[in-house]
Amino acid sequence: MLNQKHAVLLESPAKTNDVPPPSPVQIQEPDTKTVGRVTVDKPIMTTRNVDVYYGDKQAIIDVSIDVAYNEVLSMIGPSGCGKSTFLRCLNRMNDTIESARVTGKIELEGHDIYDKKTDVVTLRARVGMVFQKPNPFPKSVYENVAYGPRIHGLARNQSELDEIVQTSLRRAGLWDEVKDRLGQPGTGLSGGQQQRLCIARCIAVNPDVILMDEPCSALDPIATARIEELIDELRQNYSIVIVTHSMQQAARVSQRTAYFHLGDLIEVGETATIFTNPQDKLTEDYLTGRFG
Amino acid sequence: MSTPLLLAVLLLLTAAAFEFGRRRALHLAGPEFRTLHSLPRYYGSFTALWCALPALVLLGTWLAFEDEIITSLVVADLPATYQSLSEPELNLIINDLRNQLSGNVVSQELSPDMQAAAEHYGSLRATSKAAMAVIFLSVAMLGMGLAWRKIAPNFWARNRVEAIIKVLLIICSTLAIFTTIGIVLSVLFESIRFFQAVPVFDFLFGLEWSPQTAIREDQVGSSGAFGAVPLFAGTLLISFIAMLVAAPIGLTSAIYLSEYSHPRFRATAKPLLEILAGIPTVVYGFFAALTVAPLLRNVGTYFGLDVSSESALAAGLVMGIMIIPFVSSISDDVINAVPQSLRDGSLALGSTQSEMIRKVVLPAALPGIVGGLLLAISRAIGETMIVVMAAGLAAKLTVNPLEAVTTVTVQIVTLLVGDQEFDSPKTLAAFALGLMLFLVTLALNVIALYVVRKYREQYE
Repeated sequence: MLNQKHAVLLESPAKTNDVPPPSPVQIQEPDTKTVGRVTVDKPIMTTRNVDVYYGDKQAIIDVSIDVAYNEVLSMIGPSGCGKSTFLRCLNRMNDTIESARVTGKIELEGHDIYDKKTDVVTLRARVGMVFQKPNPFPKSVYENVAYGPRIHGLARNQSELDEIVQTSLRRAGLWDEVKDRLGQPGTGLSGGQQQRLCIARCIAVNPDVILMDEPCSALDPIATARIEELIDELRQNYSIVIVTHSMQQAARVSQRTAYFHLGDLIEVGETATIFTNPQDKLTEDYLTGRFG
Repeated sequence: MSTPLLLAVLLLLTAAAFEFGRRRALHLAGPEFRTLHSLPRYYGSFTALWCALPALVLLGTWLAFEDEIITSLVVADLPATYQSLSEPELNLIINDLRNQLSGNVVSQELSPDMQAAAEHYGSLRATSKAAMAVIFLSVAMLGMGLAWRKIAPNFWARNRVEAIIKVLLIICSTLAIFTTIGIVLSVLFESIRFFQAVPVFDFLFGLEWSPQTAIREDQVGSSGAFGAVPLFAGTLLISFIAMLVAAPIGLTSAIYLSEYSHPRFRATAKPLLEILAGIPTVVYGFFAALTVAPLLRNVGTYFGLDVSSESALAAGLVMGIMIIPFVSSISDDVINAVPQSLRDGSLALGSTQSEMIRKVVLPAALPGIVGGLLLAISRAIGETMIVVMAAGLAAKLTVNPLEAVTTVTVQIVTLLVGDQEFDSPKTLAAFALGLMLFLVTLALNVIALYVVRKYREQYE
């Protein structure tokens, strides 16, 4: 397995996505004001009582939620409610923001990712991220996908690297469109293709979790539909956390949905339940379009 | 009236014109002042501009041609014996007339003819002055009057004023361009004169530079050789050494400042670094000649090397330090212009910060960095003071940085500060060198700007 190296670094047993390790103890529902069940039976990531501050301003207030294996968890809520901020905590991308401060506990397969002993580089190789605006590097299509495997030394030789690039592009549903132009700049692709290239680049390092920050907001409906199909396929191998402004998208692609409001996690539940029968007044108002 | 006085009067007239125009517009509109097409001050400005501009144009033209016309009138009235004189002699006489008028010492006792001519000259000048004052003020009044008459509530004063201002802006912006063209042309014409004496081929490809030419026919041994290759070799050698110093230091400090340093450190360090660019080059020259060169010589002696007291190395090192801020400042800007999204993309894949910088940020910023380096090179090539003081005068064709070499700029300086006559090939050679230098730096700048612009398009 290619990412065995990372697993060792994070001191977790070699894992396969199909067979989650047995959970050690009976899960206890954390003390939280969130409506609905925030835990899952077999979590890959757990977050407990997470607060995020930008300087003096608190952006996330006491959020606890689990991410399960092979599920798509969508996070919805009005602009500025903190869902992107929370997403960026999951692979410590907030580290790049000088004034950001994170407290609480976030674990990836039982290991505290904010622990001093956790190498952020390894963490990010296991928890990949796709951004709102497609951000391919100004390099060729091939080099974009090969970038991650190269920096992590995942391929012993050129043919292995070729293999990884091809597999990743296939999984991202981009191979047929770019196989004849692997040497051309990734920035020359269309917006939808660029975003799928970024997804391919992300899965080339074979992460466990993929974070997606409004991955379709810069795309047209057709490109969006392709990405959504892709997300559904990727669920077979990865856990996905997606932030979206489109409630239809959340309903279409996710199994669980979390509703954020002004830094609070208001409600979590099965997507079908939340959309048909929201428990909290705020969730209901947002979903019925009364605000947001 | 003297010119400053005329200008003062014009200023008063213009101020009055502004007020008249504004009042007239308000008066004509009466209580319906909101129906005026433009704000009242535009009517004022319109009148003021019409008062000032034609008068100023007239004044400028008058002053430009006054002297020439008066002189030609005086010459025409001179007795026939003077008419046949050659131009330099005639100029001398005219000069005498002027000196006589202003009470200065004259070169010879003036004949009665000349006395008469001097008086004639004086009276013409007085007439011209009086006429100019009258016409100047009439034009100002006339302009004001015409503009004043045009004012009506539905007159588009704002559009007119803005059109005039636009023309003024265009004139100012083209002034710099025309000045550049003028400089290039003047250098070009002198260079052409030089190339009539020395073949272009000899100049461009000659390996010997020894610009001493014979002043008198009977002098020996100073035939002059104008092969510019040693000069360009020296210039390139020193620029190369300078870039060896400036490129790595400038680039790495830019990377540190933009990627690693704390914002507070950056806020202090960057201006401090840019102070280097503010040090007068003559001070760098002292530093090179009095500190660095002797130091190099001592160190060289210690290692048994023969370092000349003026060396390409000393000049190059100090010049390199001088251009560090050019490299670091431009590189820093270019690196900062690389979008954060690319950095995030790289970090999110689990790259370390140094991998991100080496593999994403620097490649993306490379064209801009190259542009910055080219600008720094063109600056190094054109630098004069440091090399005059520290590089030496001997036009030696060598790549040994421990020897004294000379550069194009040093030779231009030494050629022009001598007491040679101004039309000898020696002096004219300075213009040819200047032209070559100009062409080289122009080419470098054009390439640099092109590269930088191409880079900008990538992210917009």
